[in-house]
Amino acid sequence: MTTPSLEIVNLSVSFGHGRASVQAVDKASFRVARGEAFGIIGESGSGKSTILRAITGLHDGYDGEVMINGKPAPRPRNRDFFKTVQMVFQDPYSSLHPRRMIRATLMEPLEIYRLDRREARIAQVLVDVGLAPEFAYRYPHQLSGGQRQRVAVARALLLEPEILLLDEPTSALDVSVQAGVLNVLNALRRARGLSYVMVSHDLRVVAHMCSRIAVMTQGNIVEELTVEDLRAQRATQPYTRTLIAASPAAVTAD
Amino acid sequence: MYWTLEMTDPLLEVRNLRVAYPSAHGYSDALRGISFTLGREKLGIVGESGSGKSTAGRAIMRLLPPKARVTADALRLSGFDLLGASERQMRDIRGGRIAMILQDPRYALNPLKTVGAQIMESYRIHIKGSRAEARDRMLAMLEDVRIRDPRRVTGLYPHELSGGMGQRVMIAMMLIPSPELVIADEPTSALDVTVRGQILDVLNERVEAQGAGLILISHDLPLVSDFCDRVLVMYGGQIMEELAAHDLSQASHPYTIALNASLPPLDHAVDELIVPEYDPSWMTEAPK
Repeated sequence: MTTPSLEIVNLSVSFGHGRASVQAVDKASFRVARGEAFGIIGESGSGKSTILRAITGLHDGYDGEVMINGKPAPRPRNRDFFKTVQMVFQDPYSSLHPRRMIRATLMEPLEIYRLDRREARIAQVLVDVGLAPEFAYRYPHQLSGGQRQRVAVARALLLEPEILLLDEPTSALDVSVQAGVLNVLNALRRARGLSYVMVSHDLRVVAHMCSRIAVMTQGNIVEELTVEDLRAQRATQPYTRTLIAASPAAVTAD
Repeated sequence: MYWTLEMTDPLLEVRNLRVAYPSAHGYSDALRGISFTLGREKLGIVGESGSGKSTAGRAIMRLLPPKARVTADALRLSGFDLLGASERQMRDIRGGRIAMILQDPRYALNPLKTVGAQIMESYRIHIKGSRAEARDRMLAMLEDVRIRDPRRVTGLYPHELSGGMGQRVMIAMMLIPSPELVIADEPTSALDVTVRGQILDVLNERVEAQGAGLILISHDLPLVSDFCDRVLVMYGGQIMEELAAHDLSQASHPYTIALNASLPPLDHAVDELIVPEYDPSWMTEAPK
């Protein structure tokens, strides 16, 4: 087997000390191949977002190993790491600086990494996520939720990462807007060979985006299954079955 | 005889309801003349954000800010004119005859009062019973919303409750004065998928037991079609389509069809999702 793009081995994260200690993630392991989309589903508090935050280094005190292209990720995370791994957060209403023009928000990673052709890169990345280049001169409050999330995706793409961590990227959006953002994410993954780790509580979204899916509850990955198994409801764990049963069936237009 | 009267008289009658807010260029419309009637049934209102679905719910409760301009040819609860009612009359109606269940119990419950005190307050304001009666009713109500150990839960504060439990408490608090109409504005969207079904079951059971009418406001099309009898699909402050919930798959309006199609299907794979396209003609009002 070729080296996976991202691999986590026995990742554990706990918060608090002594008796008040909570095991948020308990020995989670998975591999994501290059160009693959891997999904994590589970309810709130199951630890799915904590895994992503541990991978990016937002929770530094984890046990276990995070491997990027076969090499352990540096602790603390350094610049090279963030050139490879970028994250898109759940709520575009709070992840963009409200008093900065989109251009300034997008310029920042380019300045930190001293990249050239900055204006051209910003214009290009906006087109890539389906926005007109003129959007660079707007403020976040002048954009709709879907447009903001596209800007957040654009910011993550500027450094041309290999791995994108998506934390509920569409749960703050309307279904009609969600469709557009998911299409953009899918097109980008195919065009650039990106690897995705996508966290969501929405079974439909994960099934649409990912080829393999891990089911989490109470800090444990209880089951890992392929999207075909999920669609055919071949889940072995009772918890996964509960999750599937809780999603109302799609209304299929004939 | 009592029953036939109940069945024929609409519980809620809304005719040509309009809401406008002052903006830089005169008034901008939030609701452009919606009309519907509601009996003792479950009506769903779906639409995306900004479609006016929550504004409709709030306008019925007269909860919009004073600067909003609300007009209607009729806005009546069992024949009682809600638009002409005084603020004092509205205070009895809100919570008493019309109850509203909000999205997130973490924000909608009073954080400084115990669960028991909040539910008893709701009872005593509208029913005027003794403290002991209120306490008995409150405990019974908590049991009705399937809280396992009501005596323990009465002493808890909202921050000690889980989301699902908080929403049960909210349902108990809202339904204890036996309202005629319950408006639930996204009652489950702050909850986990696994808890949503249970909360809707409880809500359904209580509303049916008390014979109240229910308006469920949601952006979740499959959920609404599962739960309600009738669905109104809203866009741009207007009702695009009204249909029986089980006919949702045979929707005829292009907006409803697009909304349906934009949802990723669970049982089969699609290459690309269909992004709804908006027809500007939907924004213009249909001639009367």
